[in-house]
Formats: sequence, C-alpha cells, structure tokens
Amino acid sequence: MKLTIDRTTVEAQPGQTILQVARAHGIYIPTLCYHEKTGAASKCRVCAVVVEGMRGLQLACSVPAKDGMVIHTDTAEARDTQRLVVNLLLSTGTHDCLACEKNGVCELQDAAYHLGIMKPAFVIDSGRGEERPDDSSAFIVRDHARCIACGRCVVSCSKNVINRVLDFGYRGSETRVICDDDRPMGDSSCVQCGECVQLCPVGALVEKKAIGKARTWELSKVRTTCPYCGVGCQLDLHVKGEQIVKVTGVEEGLPNRGYLCVKGRFGYDFPYAEDRLKTPLIKENGAFRPASWDEALDLVASKFKDIIAQSGPDAVAGVSCARSINEDSYQMQKLFRAVFRTNNIDHCART
Amino acid sequence: MTNSFGELANAKLIFCIGTNMTEAHPVASYYVKQAVQKGAKLIVCDPRKHALAREATIFAQLKVGSDIALLNGIMNVLISEDLYDKAYVAANCTDFETLKAKVLEYPPERAAEISGVPVATIREIAHTMAAIHPAMLCYTLGITEHTCGKNNVMSTANLQMLLGNVGVECGGVNPFRGQNNVQGACDMGALPNVFPGYQKVADPAAREKFQKAWGVDKLPDKPGLMIPDMLEGLLSKKVRGFYIFGENLAETEPNMTHVEKCLKACDFIVCQDIFLTETAKLAHVVLPGTCWGEDDGTFASSERRVSRVRKVKKPAYDARPNWWIFREIARRLGQDWASTSGQELWDNEVSVLAPALAGIKYRRIEKNGLQWPCPTLEHPGTAVMHRNGKFTQGKGVFKAVDWTPPAEVPDAEYPFVLSTGRRLYHYHTRTQTARCGMDQILPEETADISPQDAARLKITDGERILVASRRGQVKVKARVTEQMPPGMVWMAFHFREGNANWLTKDAFDPETKTAEYKACAVRIAKL
Repeated sequence: MKLTIDRTTVEAQPGQTILQVARAHGIYIPTLCYHEKTGAASKCRVCAVVVEGMRGLQLACSVPAKDGMVIHTDTAEARDTQRLVVNLLLSTGTHDCLACEKNGVCELQDAAYHLGIMKPAFVIDSGRGEERPDDSSAFIVRDHARCIACGRCVVSCSKNVINRVLDFGYRGSETRVICDDDRPMGDSSCVQCGECVQLCPVGALVEKKAIGKARTWELSKVRTTCPYCGVGCQLDLHVKGEQIVKVTGVEEGLPNRGYLCVKGRFGYDFPYAEDRLKTPLIKENGAFRPASWDEALDLVASKFKDIIAQSGPDAVAGVSCARSINEDSYQMQKLFRAVFRTNNIDHCART
Repeated sequence: MTNSFGELANAKLIFCIGTNMTEAHPVASYYVKQAVQKGAKLIVCDPRKHALAREATIFAQLKVGSDIALLNGIMNVLISEDLYDKAYVAANCTDFETLKAKVLEYPPERAAEISGVPVATIREIAHTMAAIHPAMLCYTLGITEHTCGKNNVMSTANLQMLLGNVGVECGGVNPFRGQNNVQGACDMGALPNVFPGYQKVADPAAREKFQKAWGVDKLPDKPGLMIPDMLEGLLSKKVRGFYIFGENLAETEPNMTHVEKCLKACDFIVCQDIFLTETAKLAHVVLPGTCWGEDDGTFASSERRVSRVRKVKKPAYDARPNWWIFREIARRLGQDWASTSGQELWDNEVSVLAPALAGIKYRRIEKNGLQWPCPTLEHPGTAVMHRNGKFTQGKGVFKAVDWTPPAEVPDAEYPFVLSTGRRLYHYHTRTQTARCGMDQILPEETADISPQDAARLKITDGERILVASRRGQVKVKARVTEQMPPGMVWMAFHFREGNANWLTKDAFDPETKTAEYKACAVRIAKL
C-alpha cells in the first residue's frame, strides 16, 4: 500500500504504524518512548502528526498506516506540539548535556536539535538536580534527574528479559522508575543484565565503568562474539583506541537480538588485566624465570621430541581450550596428529 | 542443539531438565520466559527450585541423579496410555519394542519412588506433552555430569522421538553448551577419536584425506585418551609430556587433591594461557597466548552457529597468537604450515576439510554467523536438524536405558548429596570474571542449603560451616535458600577457597568420561 508523508509518496507494509513507515523511508519523526523491542507506549506524545481526515493530532507510533493516508509531520500545528512536548520534558529534570555520557547519542537531544529548541522554554525547579544518582549497583548508574519516564526500561525488564525488577512508582509529576519496592538498585533483585541501559533514550541509565572514558563520537564499534557461555551472543564493542569502553548487544544479531547478560555486557576487562602473562616462563629449581620465545619454543619442541623418541607418541597428551577460537583448536589437534602422531588430544568437551 | 535458541521464544511447550538457565545461559532464559508470557507451557525438572522453576507450569523436583527413572516413567504413561506419536515412530525410528519393554518396567509408581516426583505430576507431564506438539526439550550439565550421563542423554532423545518432536521447528533435543567455544573445539577435532568435522580417526579414508591435506603419512588410527585418562596416565607415567592450552585443570576437575597429585607427577608440562593459573603454576614451561579481543577468528555456539570474533587490541605484553605458537613448534619439528592467520586457517583448511563447514567462509559471516551443516557456498545454514524426522544417520534409534544411582550416595556418615554448577556472576575458576569487577556482587563461595536443614542443624544464613566429603573439606558460608530441598547441598567451583572440586568425586561415565560433578556424598557441620 501507498501513503503520503510530507508530500512524498511511500510504500508501506500491512501492520506498520505511521512511525514505522516513516523510519523505513528515512523520515524523522521525533519520538522518545517507542522502541522496536518495547513497542508503542503512546506515552511521550512527541510523535504528534497531522493525518488528513482524522480529527486532532495523531500519535505516529500508535496509528496503523492505511492505503492512501496523507500525513504531515511538519505543519505548524504538528511542530508546535512536538516542540511543546519536548520543552515540557526538558523542564522536568536536569537535561544538561555537558558531561552526560549520552551526549551525542541522546534521543531527547536529537529531538531538541531537530525541532530547533535553542533554549528550553520553561524553567521549573523540579528539585531533581539535587538528587544524587543511584550508583549502588556494580555496573549501572541510574540518574532520575535525567529520566523522561518513557517506560522503555520498565517494559524491557518486565516483558523482554522478564526479570521484573523495574516499575513505575509514585504518581503524577512524582512518577519515577523504581527497583522492586523502591530500593537502591544495588540492594534490589536486579541481575545487571543491562537491557534497560541499552534501551534508555537519555542519560538516565548508563554503564558505570564507561563514565568519563570517552565521548560518544570517539568510539568505534567492533562486532564480535561473547567470550562466556555457549549461547554465542553478538556484541558490539565500543572501542576508543585499543580500549573497550562499553559493550552493547547487536540488535539485529543472532541468536541474541540485542539481549545480553551481566557477564556479556560487563565482563570485558580481563584482556587488559595487569597480571596477564608477560613473557614465556621456564621453571628452574622450582621457580619461574622469563625466557625468550625462541628459548621456550626450542625447549618445548625438544622435550616433546625426546619423550616421543623414548616412550612413543602416545606418551604425550594435550588439552585444547574451549574458550579460544576454532582456528586455535584446529591448529593444536593438527600439531598432535600430524607432528606428534598421537590422537591424545581432548578438551573439556563433556563438562 | 538440534534446533536454535530463537525458536524458544515461539515454542508452545518447553521441557527443561537439568538446566539452570537463568544463571548459566541467561539470554536463552529470556526467550523461555517470553514464550511463557505468550502462553506457552513450561515444564521444569530439577532438584532445585531455581528461578526458572518459579516460571514453570509444572515443576518436578526430582532427586539428584534420578532423571532416567523420571523420563522412563513419563514414557511409560505415554506408551501404556497410547499417547505417543505412532506415525512418527513407525516412519522414522527403530527399536521401539526394546524401548517399550524397558519403560514398561517403570510404571509411574516406581518412577515416583525413585525420583521423588509424585505420580500425579508424572502423569500430568506425560499428558501435557501428549497434548501439545511440538515441545522443545532443553538440558544442560544436570543431564550429562553423571556416571549415567550418556544414558541420561539417550533418555531425553527417546522422549522426544517418541513424541515426534525431533526434526520440527520449536522442537528437538537441545543441550546448551557451557562455554563459548566448546562446540567449536569439538567441531575442530580437539577430541581423541575424530578429525575436524567429526571424521573418525579409525576410518582409513578419513586418515588418507588428512594425510594428503597435511602432507604427512601414517596418521595414528587408534583413538587417543580423554582428559581423566590423561591425568591417570600422568601418575602411571604412561603420559610424560602434557600440553595444556587454556584450561585450569587443577581447579576444574573433580577431586582436586588427586588432580594436583597427577599433575605434579608429570615429567614435563607446558601451559599456554593468559594468566598464571593454579595449573600453570605446576608447569615447566608457560607460554603467553593471545586472548579474546586480541586475535581474529571464529567461535561455534551451542546452536552450531559459526560467528566471527574480532581483534580490537594488540596482544598484551609479549603474548602471541595461539595458532602461531603451535605452528612454531611444528616448524621446529620439521613441518612448515602455510596458514598465517585465522582467516587462512578457516578458509583454506577447516572449511575445506570439514564437509559440514564447507559453505562457511569468513566473507559470509561478516555479520550474522551460519549454522552447520552448511555444505555449500549457497547453503543458508541449518536451523533445524533431522527435518521431518529424516535423521542424519538414517533412522532414529531408541535406546532402552535403565536408571542407575550415582557412584556415591548419601549414607550415615555423609548424609547429604552435593551437587555443583555455575552461578550467574562468575564463570568457571574466575580467571576472566575476577578481573571484571564481578567480585563486587559475588565475593565468595557459599554452600546452599535448605531452610529445613539449616533449622535442624541450627545454622544461620551467612554462617561459616564445614562441608566435607571422603576426598576433602572446605569452610564456606552457608546460604540458606528456599531453592534447596532438604538433604541437598549445592556449590560452585568459582573460588579456590571453597571450591566444590575439593569435595567432588572422580567417578566418570564409562563411555563419555564425564565426571559426576552433580552427585557425591558430603556432611555439613557448624564450625
């Protein structure tokens, strides 16, 4: 089916909302609560548009596209409303971008930018700026002052990862996202999977270990596979220079569709540990001494050669690594079979 | 896995046995919970009432090591009430009569007596599984880490074939692998009986093929040793040179005291690792290899998906790529190997030699990986194996198996059964997670016990207690939790202090040589 958005005719699929059609064609409609994974919440009211033949403004995230529909996202009425809503959100809380981790990738900032909001229209002292962020948990910092109550985190926690920790508490302008029965996150039942952080459109939920490490535009993304369990989750490593600053799940990645657990999202520091092995080591008189690669490899080769010469190939055995790459295991079994001439090669295959 | 993780979210019925998914495979558990939220039924069989059990439609709290009795009991109901998929069985399976004769020896009453699962629950499980098709069966190490591990696996396959659940989307027999590349290490032939791609070393044609590819003659035809036999071989001096790559055997194998004795008896140990682990400390030569993030390569996940792993940093200090180290040793012993990168190894060797991987090349897995079997460059990969009951090996063979108790069961002296596993916040012996801040959340090992036992023994939550087996003893904090049934202790192996493997028994499945980490006898006492 076809519809018209801002004088451009576009193709739409049955079941798509106006917002989904617009996004599929690169047309920006400011929106804050909608996310593909959490669905339309119709909460933030930012995506107000004019649909010809329908009374009043419509929410693009919630109205199904229909053949022949004519939509305007940029009439004065639509823009004024979008601007008003964004201005109201900016007035509730502390949305100063200077040292915010999300500066540059903040969807509220994007909306303000596209709507040309140079200076927030309303100044209301909500008192939220006085409130210290909740940094009680190991890996996630929650800053209520930056929260716009879009509800993505609440929906993801209750409907996607189904850990049922986050919910809305209090009422009206006091509405806030709480953990369990309003505990600090570190004292709650939160398991730090971080899906809420991944979906947060603003700086209300951020990765603690990433704070102060890099501006968002200094990061490049490198896709890889998680080094923990056998699910094989796809990760984007956000890297500055050689340093992994944070990890997110690849939304279109299989099998995990963006989901991660605490280890996959936050367990990335070990390659940088100071106690990594630094050189080959050779034990002499019960103690290790550093050795060159040539010396160590010569010793290994000659020792294995001697043992095989004295006791036969089956007097050597090897255990490969279930964490390292396939190519390493291939190479190790090749060494044992083609060079040492034994099938004494195994790994923790069955445990 | 015969099927894929994503299917869990759309399954109508999920049967989980011996899998603590919310902790060991959290992302898979999200899909299971999503399915339940959409109306799927969930059956959980486990000795512990863990987080997933709380989501279950039916929870069967079986006794440790009674899986076969329970599964045979369920199959007994299916067969004696004529509720199994007769057409599927007739068309695709063999040896049904043998299975039938065996499971008829396990009426629900007997299964209930052995497993502790009430007769009514056994019947309810059978009736639910008969009513909803297909069901996706998932298991983890709760099934395999027993002296009857292989039979446990057979039993899960029996159930799924009996119900016609193998070879369909949202069905299958789905073991979740514990480590990121344990599937891949198997695929690559880091096993004593097969070359890459599961081509048997005993097969002359396979040997011929690899001899030609590797430019050598006389590849050994006799299957080699599995890890437990290697360790025993160190003691008997049958094995004198031991090369350990990235495994911390000194802390991960059962009965650590004995393992340490074996390792100390070895003439020459090489450890190739990223840290000086307890195992590496016992080595004669230690070689620093690259770790995750320092090399380009691939992992294969539980769902047989080969995905890319990428380099983001230089190797730490003077660490070298692991494939380079093996290549250098080969060169010193007279063989010059051509491949000089992960991509060359995969594209020019692995995918050429393993038919099921032939269609997977690095250029095809830049984004999402491909699931083997993927035999050609045009093949899209295989999400569901044994499609429509057409089994890769021909017919699906039922294996009649009897329940056998664990090698060591509680007695007057050691009245508790100890079962072990992993916790959410750590991974194995913490070589990785201890260096990522996870200790903030979980700083030490605990012995998880039931409130009933705690009350009886006057043990309070958080109190340090003694846990002892015939092999060793540890002092750890008690964690009193409703998850535990009376008579059972549960521990992990993440911390050297309090590592469950000081206690576990080095008893193994006779064929797979998998240790019975899930069952041994212990006593607990106040300090």
